[in-house]
Amino acid sequence: MPQGDYIDLHRKRNGYRHDHFERKRKKEAREVHKRSQIAQKTLGIKGKMLTKKRYAEKALMKKTLAMHEESSSRRKVDDDVQEGAVPAYLLDRDSTTRAKVLSNTVKQKRKEKAGKWEVPLPKVRPVAEDEMFRVIRSGKRKTKQWKRMITKATFVGPSFTRKPPKYERFIRPSGLRFTKAHVTHPELKCTFNLEIIGVKKNPNGPMYTSLGVITKGTVIEVNVSELGLVTPAGKVVWGKYAQVTNNPENDGCINAVLLV
Amino acid sequence: MEVEAAGVEEEREMNNSVMCQLTDPEGTPLGPSMYLPQSAGPKELQQMVNKLLSNEEKLPYAFFISNHELVVQLGSYLQNNKVSVEKVLTIVYQAQAVFRIRPVTRCSSTITGHTEAVLSVAFSPDGRQLASGSGDTTVRLWDLNTQTPLFTCKGHKNWVLCIAWSPDGKHLVSGSKAGELQCWDPQTGKPSGNPLIGHKKWITGISWEPVHLNAPCRRFVSASKDGDARIWDASLRKCVMCLTGHTLAITCVKWGGDGVIYTGSQDCTIKMWETSQGKLIRELKGHGHWVNSLALSTEYVLRTGAYDHTCKQYSSPEEMKKVALERYKKTKGNGPERLVSGSDDFTMFLWEPSVSKQPKTRMTGHQQLVNHVYFSPDGQWIASASFDKSVKLWNGITGKFVAAFRGHVGPVYQISWSADSRLLLSGSKDSTLKIWDIRTQKLKQDLPGHADEVFAVDWSPDGEKVASGGRDRVLKLWMG
Repeated sequence: MPQGDYIDLHRKRNGYRHDHFERKRKKEAREVHKRSQIAQKTLGIKGKMLTKKRYAEKALMKKTLAMHEESSSRRKVDDDVQEGAVPAYLLDRDSTTRAKVLSNTVKQKRKEKAGKWEVPLPKVRPVAEDEMFRVIRSGKRKTKQWKRMITKATFVGPSFTRKPPKYERFIRPSGLRFTKAHVTHPELKCTFNLEIIGVKKNPNGPMYTSLGVITKGTVIEVNVSELGLVTPAGKVVWGKYAQVTNNPENDGCINAVLLV
Repeated sequence: MEVEAAGVEEEREMNNSVMCQLTDPEGTPLGPSMYLPQSAGPKELQQMVNKLLSNEEKLPYAFFISNHELVVQLGSYLQNNKVSVEKVLTIVYQAQAVFRIRPVTRCSSTITGHTEAVLSVAFSPDGRQLASGSGDTTVRLWDLNTQTPLFTCKGHKNWVLCIAWSPDGKHLVSGSKAGELQCWDPQTGKPSGNPLIGHKKWITGISWEPVHLNAPCRRFVSASKDGDARIWDASLRKCVMCLTGHTLAITCVKWGGDGVIYTGSQDCTIKMWETSQGKLIRELKGHGHWVNSLALSTEYVLRTGAYDHTCKQYSSPEEMKKVALERYKKTKGNGPERLVSGSDDFTMFLWEPSVSKQPKTRMTGHQQLVNHVYFSPDGQWIASASFDKSVKLWNGITGKFVAAFRGHVGPVYQISWSADSRLLLSGSKDSTLKIWDIRTQKLKQDLPGHADEVFAVDWSPDGEKVASGGRDRVLKLWMG
């Protein structure tokens, strides 16, 4: 490219060549064929880069053509029939998340009795006792070692009163006690903050279940009255089971998935 | 001796009389104020009212003293409520329907057929036919005797949002999300003509002209999201008038008994239009948010036309017109037609639109938006369904709050009255329907069974059946 304006200066002083415009027009016309020739002849990596560039240009050109073709003449709006029909009074409103009606409660009762559920996390890493408990030394000379402090999250219930401190073997620190869990509905993919009613089963053992320890894989019962679920018989559902999916002692919160 | 003395005292109390004045619900007194013995109960008062009104047949009445129903003898009522005997006691009498509807208790059948959610359900005015519109773009007609599908009416291009029967039962019109209306012949299930095009967005409501103004039924008005209402002629199959004026979508339209069209819109106003020229008569302002639903005090009579609980058939349109006019006049009474509007601003207004531009009462109390309001068939009560999971009952003449019905666990979508105004039906998002008794103001019957949200409910005008449809794609028929 010229570094200076000597070309423009010459043109101003002397005007254009007599065939300048003709030659320009013809050169531009040949440009298309020239490009195509180069594209066909270039080999190797250069060829690949060139084809890629040309393809991008072609796609862009097609898009602009389609855009121009969208005519300004408005045809009658014929949307396709969509799923999820709602009546006229709900059309302009966003529907908030809602949970579907329960499946048969009889099946659920049978599962409860058997103690087996189809849970999302069938296998959990077992928690060793020395990981779960920390030995607390007590006594005047700090030699007695019969007390244990639980290092995982627990649930105690609203009417919980500690045993007299002198006799209590398992200490549940109040910092690790939780009342609420973030429960996700697996089909709707929405999460609610629901109160825990109780711990149903801890996979590490019945002792942990009775202590109320919540680790990954524990099945807990949560209060779902705010979801507004109704059984086919017409009764209102207020408790459902959920399985814990995270390690609450690491995160500081309990995340669970609802068992439907 | 003491027992005797007590007995004598009682007798003396019973012989005392109270000064009473009987008045009708609108306030006009019936007969002079008179002394009534305290042993008089509702039965004796009923006899008195029948005599004073010189009714040929003994009609049943309910009596209210300051909005509480009188069920015991006057004496016990006075003692319980410590009403002073010195003042004149005003007893309001209300005519009750002669017939009594039994509450429906069981689901007699679940009819599948629709392939998408059922969006609207309507019984014909004589209660013999049932139509439902759905998201699968069809309107289906159902046979009530065998409880099976009768016809499937295909022709719409998108969801069928509203359906409406003409008051003489001869035409059925449905409106869709594509903005088109289609007229069907209910006897054959075939469309009567091409779809009526004119609206640019979806149809939100359809209302027919009352049969006492024009028989046979020809004209109906349709409201759309694009903000205008159009009056169509079903026999000419074209749009006669276009009522424009609203700036946002019209959510509800009703054709009143005196020939005025009321439209409620998302621009928070209600407009009244006259039907010969299509001009705006009045604009009722007052709401703070979208007007969701309108109801007229004579709505039930306008919808059923000449048919009532006796299920008589009429041969000629003139006869129908005469009978419909009589029924309309009887329900309307002496006062003007009343209009109630429910809105997204959680309140409702009671208007007397022919009298004044200002609302008569503002009915507050709901904690979420009011989705559906409905006058009882005799015009004495107003029921409102709201997203706060409750249904509230209000006095239909003064607009005063009477009772709240709680029991649903999800937003209540639609309500429907039984033809004798004694029972109220509500359908909700929690998939149950509930029947409420107006006299005891308690839940009468719970009707669970739907698998998903209930979008539309309707009680047949003869009171025998209830139909409900919702998201689970089945139509359920309930019987007593």
